[in-house]
Amino acid sequence: MSMIELTIDNKRIKVDKDSTILEAARQAGITVPTLCYLEGVHQVGSCRVCVVEVKGSKNLVPSCITKVQNGMKVITNSERVRNARRTMVNLLLSNHPDDCLACAKNQKCELQQLAYQLNIRENPFEGQPSRAVYDDSSPAIIRDSSKCILCRRCLTVCNSVQKVSVLAPLGRGYDTVISPAYGQTVMEATCVQCGQCTTVCPTGALVEKSYIEDVWNALADPSKHVVVQIAPAIRASIGECFGYEPGTVLTGKLVGAVKALGFDKVFDTNFTADLTIMEEGSELLHRISSGGKLPMITSCSPGWINFVEQFYGDILDHVSTCKSPQQMFGSVIKTYYAQKMGIDPANIYSVSVMPCTAKKYEARREEMQSSGFWDVDAVLTTRELAAMINEAGIQMDKIDEQNFDIPFGEGSGAGAIFGNTGGVMEAALRTVYKLVTGEELENVELTDVRGLKGIKEATIRLGGRDVSVAVVHGLGNIREILDQIREGKSPYTFIEIMCCPGGCIGGGGQPTPTNHETRKKRIEGLYKADRNLEIRRSHQNPYVKMIYEEFLGAPLGELSHKLLHTHYRDRRTVQ
Amino acid sequence: MSVTLKQAEQKDVELVDRIISAYEGQPGSLIPVLHETQKVLGFLPRWAQDRIAQRLNISPSEVNSVVSFYSLFSEKPKGKYCIGVCKGTACYVKNSEGIIEKLQKELGIEVGDTTDDGMYSLEVLRCLGACGLGPIVTVNEKVYTRMKPEKVRDMLRDIEDMEKRGE
Ligand code: SF4
Ligand code: SF4
Ligand code: SF4
Ligand code: FES
Repeated sequence: MSMIELTIDNKRIKVDKDSTILEAARQAGITVPTLCYLEGVHQVGSCRVCVVEVKGSKNLVPSCITKVQNGMKVITNSERVRNARRTMVNLLLSNHPDDCLACAKNQKCELQQLAYQLNIRENPFEGQPSRAVYDDSSPAIIRDSSKCILCRRCLTVCNSVQKVSVLAPLGRGYDTVISPAYGQTVMEATCVQCGQCTTVCPTGALVEKSYIEDVWNALADPSKHVVVQIAPAIRASIGECFGYEPGTVLTGKLVGAVKALGFDKVFDTNFTADLTIMEEGSELLHRISSGGKLPMITSCSPGWINFVEQFYGDILDHVSTCKSPQQMFGSVIKTYYAQKMGIDPANIYSVSVMPCTAKKYEARREEMQSSGFWDVDAVLTTRELAAMINEAGIQMDKIDEQNFDIPFGEGSGAGAIFGNTGGVMEAALRTVYKLVTGEELENVELTDVRGLKGIKEATIRLGGRDVSVAVVHGLGNIREILDQIREGKSPYTFIEIMCCPGGCIGGGGQPTPTNHETRKKRIEGLYKADRNLEIRRSHQNPYVKMIYEEFLGAPLGELSHKLLHTHYRDRRTVQ
Repeated sequence: MSVTLKQAEQKDVELVDRIISAYEGQPGSLIPVLHETQKVLGFLPRWAQDRIAQRLNISPSEVNSVVSFYSLFSEKPKGKYCIGVCKGTACYVKNSEGIIEKLQKELGIEVGDTTDDGMYSLEVLRCLGACGLGPIVTVNEKVYTRMKPEKVRDMLRDIEDMEKRGE
């Protein structure tokens, strides 16, 4: 790393020669406002909110894309700079709806924060409102283009990170609207509902569809028995909405807060993560021993399921038939649990808290009614749950820790790490090893499949043979692996795929910002949760044993088949 | 309203395929392919854009983005009556813009667009060399001279009459 020296606001600083002015300023403790810039992901310099003066250059330069030079003299805070920034933001505001009070992004909107930061009080410009397309076709995400500032972050994420390429700018100039092709709705287009675009959109133009009202209504209805399941990834991220460090594991407080909201029972999705491992592990062994389709691919990530159905519908028989833990939970609640508790399943309202928008879509797939009802009635994202906790006036730092409710309150460490990339693989192998060899895997930590590399590989010695596995996260990384399968050249036996970068801890329903830093810390949080648990293998979860004894029989049995497994559809539009 | 590939005429599909084949593998081939396709089909139906996207291995949204960006590309077939307004300098100074605005209002479409019933489309013409008679408006082969915004309604009534008489 070679260093250069420059002056920013009369401060001499040394930085790496490849830094941008913005990075250098931040290093020197100087805040330069930004809007379109998204560190490491989207750096195109289009909004020009980050402009600064550079001695010797006639025009102001956007600091987020301009590299430093030796001896450069930068001024970040002159009258000229302030006026230019204010003009840029005023122009954006001139055609923006005055809707902050009722906007889903109120208080979290970057445009709003910027207007505040730049002391904007009145706007000299009056613009035509931007072209308004309101698309609420999807049960997962809502597009409101009237609030779009054309920063194009969503395009970068959808096209370059996820490589689903649904969104594009249509039209030109003032009429430009960010949209799926041909002005289709997201449901008509090949959108996989991953919601990654909603985590990067700075404004209220792309947000999750909210089910908060539905859940409040159910909680207020005395005839309803309202249960909630909380996904593994939530405990390591929800703290961020209340000022905790990313990765702080808040399981006890989270349960306490959710109980205070008035839910009748608070359960842990880790329990059905363990159940998934029992079914999926057994399915893998069955495929290996009976000459079934291999490699087998995990099925717990509904964004990935949407992707494979829409783009690789010809290899669906490689995908495990296991439902996701969310949906397993749903069908178990309205059958086994209802029977056990003597409650009419028609009166059970089943809520799940997920880090994910695609789970909202999954819950509304028509086949997800194997209990005879919607198995899951409403899905809330981490962000929505935090909003409900706020609305109820519950203070996270003051609330007492509580335990999940029995019988679905116990999950193993294997269930906890379901929330991060590599976790399902690691959890599955802990159990498969036992199923194959009859012995427990000594060292449960499989470091080869940990970390944020896009594609991870490992080879495991299992019952006298070497088994190759792969772990992939972020849809942008998977085509290579799927093309191998298509061509019959896949070297793997078992593949874990998670739709979102980092896995569920980086899901489309997670707190903002979700970036490399927060992903890493949340993952560390989950591994810590795993280490702190006594039971770290799914097959040792006593309640999992109990549900098989009392109700399901054996993995892959008839009831499992009906309640815990599903099928997929080839939904390719081009072949 | 969009036509899917299955419904598209086999011979049109072959024509488009031939155009794509001629450019396949060359960088920057999207625009020329779209151009040639519009030349043979008259416009760029959705099935053709999908086809081009698939064969050139780019996403439909990217193709559609380019198509919707350039006003020379059209996603709708020309209307039965194609109205062209000259925006050459002479016509322009004699208020052809006012005529365009009036037409847009009356027809409820923008320049480059076609009404949903497929009857009218509106486009801008470059100088026809009849500047002395401007502003010039054409309806298919018919030419209206010395047009004014106030005369737009009469002209549209003219077209309706033509339609009724089945000309
Ligand atoms: S997007 Fe931001 S600025 Fe626009 S209405 Fe919502 S909160 Fe206000
Ligand atoms: S939800 Fe995912 S696939 Fe759909 S538009 Fe957003 S980023 Fe693209
Ligand atoms: S939808 Fe959001 S992220 Fe996408 S361009 Fe508009 S403001 Fe930016
Ligand atoms: S933040 Fe630098 S140009 Fe937008």
